[in-house]
Amino acid sequence: MSAAEETPTTVGGAEPVIVARDVRLTRDGREILAGIDLDILPGEVLALVGPNGAGKSTLLSVLSGDQDASSGTVELLGRPVGSYRPLELARRRAVLSQANTVSFPFRVIEIVQMGRSPWLRTAELADDQAAVLEAIRATDIEHLLGRRFTSLSGGEQARASLARVLAQRTPIVFLDEPTAALDLRHQEDVMRVARGLAAEGRAVVVVVHDLSLAGAYADRIALLDTGRLDAVGTPHEVMTADRVGRVYGLDVQIHRVGDSERPIVLPLRD
Amino acid sequence: MSPRSRAVALTLLLAGLLVGGVVLSAVTGQLAITPTEVAGSLLRAIGIDTDWAPTDPIIESTLWVVRFPRIVMALVVGAALAVAGAVMQAIFGNPLAEPGVVGVSSGAALGAATAIVVGASVLGVAGVAVAAFLGGLVATLLVYVVSRAGGRTEVVTLLLTGIAVNAIAQAGIAFVLFVADSASREQIVFWQLGSLGGSLWSQVAVVAAVAVPGVLVALALARRYDLLALGERNARHLGVDVERLRLVSIVLVALLTGVAVAFTGIIAFVGLVVPHLIRMIIGPAHRGLVLASAVGGGALLVIADLLTRTLVAGAELPIGMLTSLVGGPFFFWLLYRQRRRSGGWA
Repeated sequence: MSAAEETPTTVGGAEPVIVARDVRLTRDGREILAGIDLDILPGEVLALVGPNGAGKSTLLSVLSGDQDASSGTVELLGRPVGSYRPLELARRRAVLSQANTVSFPFRVIEIVQMGRSPWLRTAELADDQAAVLEAIRATDIEHLLGRRFTSLSGGEQARASLARVLAQRTPIVFLDEPTAALDLRHQEDVMRVARGLAAEGRAVVVVVHDLSLAGAYADRIALLDTGRLDAVGTPHEVMTADRVGRVYGLDVQIHRVGDSERPIVLPLRD
Repeated sequence: MSPRSRAVALTLLLAGLLVGGVVLSAVTGQLAITPTEVAGSLLRAIGIDTDWAPTDPIIESTLWVVRFPRIVMALVVGAALAVAGAVMQAIFGNPLAEPGVVGVSSGAALGAATAIVVGASVLGVAGVAVAAFLGGLVATLLVYVVSRAGGRTEVVTLLLTGIAVNAIAQAGIAFVLFVADSASREQIVFWQLGSLGGSLWSQVAVVAAVAVPGVLVALALARRYDLLALGERNARHLGVDVERLRLVSIVLVALLTGVAVAFTGIIAFVGLVVPHLIRMIIGPAHRGLVLASAVGGGALLVIADLLTRTLVAGAELPIGMLTSLVGGPFFFWLLYRQRRRSGGWA
């Protein structure tokens, strides 16, 4: 690998690592993303929230280079995301997708080690052991390492997959509903891990359904509604009873708790 | 057992089967030859003269003209088929994918049969192999395009696609048989049963020239096959160029299968049974799997070929029949087990 190709695992400064401009995506004549402008900064956790079908996962797949936008541009670390070769991209961003089935009965430790494969034959290889261990510790799967991935419960599989993503050690991390299959404690753990990544200077984009979870851990929240960004800002700015009620079609009340006044969203019930 | 001791146990097992099978094959036959004569003849060939070397030229020629080419053919064909199976299972994300089951072997057979009828003599030794490769390639592409959805293949879809491809290929073979003259017809029928009898060094050379590099390519791609087990999207997230890997692998499967069946005919289920047993012993990581499958496939065919020559006195059973006789029930068992675990596939 040439010197020019070397990639830092973290990005300093406040230059955005991802710049999306007027991103549109049309599928079967239906506009799934309708003109998204979004900057993602290093060292922040950005939560993508919105009702079912709002386009959260689609936006995530466009930002991460899985899918091409129909129009508009996405730049990742200064280059159009489509211009990277798969391996170059794998050294810059990691993705935890929703589907994490494994075809053959690999052991959990093997799955986590697969996260290191983009760094094969690079100087980063020396960090393999450390990266794998750290990922295992962060996701609380030490006791599962010898088990077959295919024999784990859904939540355990989700954590093992997250460990694989962490082991990749990229400056940008995409997490698509990482908390979906998890119990209360592990939900909190995962969001804390996301915060930890941001503290190391990485950019974390996370899709979550639980608005209170997003409100508690995200630096910024991007609220999507039928393919448009309804609002982007701090939890405080975005989470208003009016806005959430309008977008979700449900009356809610917002409580603000703790010194930081993080919003908690509750539906109004009789 | 720890993974390491399992790997050691497997290596010893395969080495034992391989050496035992080769020696037994070399000494067994109408003409009795002792193991020391085999060793002596081999040593002489590499320039070391010993007292063991056979003095009788008939023994010498029996070994070098009849038995050795047959044994080496069994080794390379077995390796090619087993590795083709392992690669196919990797790109289909399904442990039941196998060149014979999904119709790649039939496609290759159709290609080879056509070549035999239109005149293999014109095309030469490699002509049949090329035709078999082309037939296998078309069949692989067909199965792949039809049966995959979202990077994986449902068992039911895979098997049904295999039935359709097999039906089409069999119809083609029937037609070729119909238009063939009686000599070609006999050759094709014999060929469909599979046999390692009458293997020539020139044929062995053609098979080895494809099988050996093919196995090496599969080994080089092993790590990427591991990542592919995570699903196509996740593999791409980890830097695998999935489209290219797919394309290379399909050509690889067609090459390995085509060249394996080109001279020996259809020998089914090797690509299913061998990788499966290996996976049960050392797990699914593809580097070990591909390597052990190559050795295990070779050993299996040498032993199977030995059985075809010795089970019935004075006659030689078709080897394709024998492998299907063992592989068929094995396949049943796999289906049964998977069904019990996941409750069917619908």
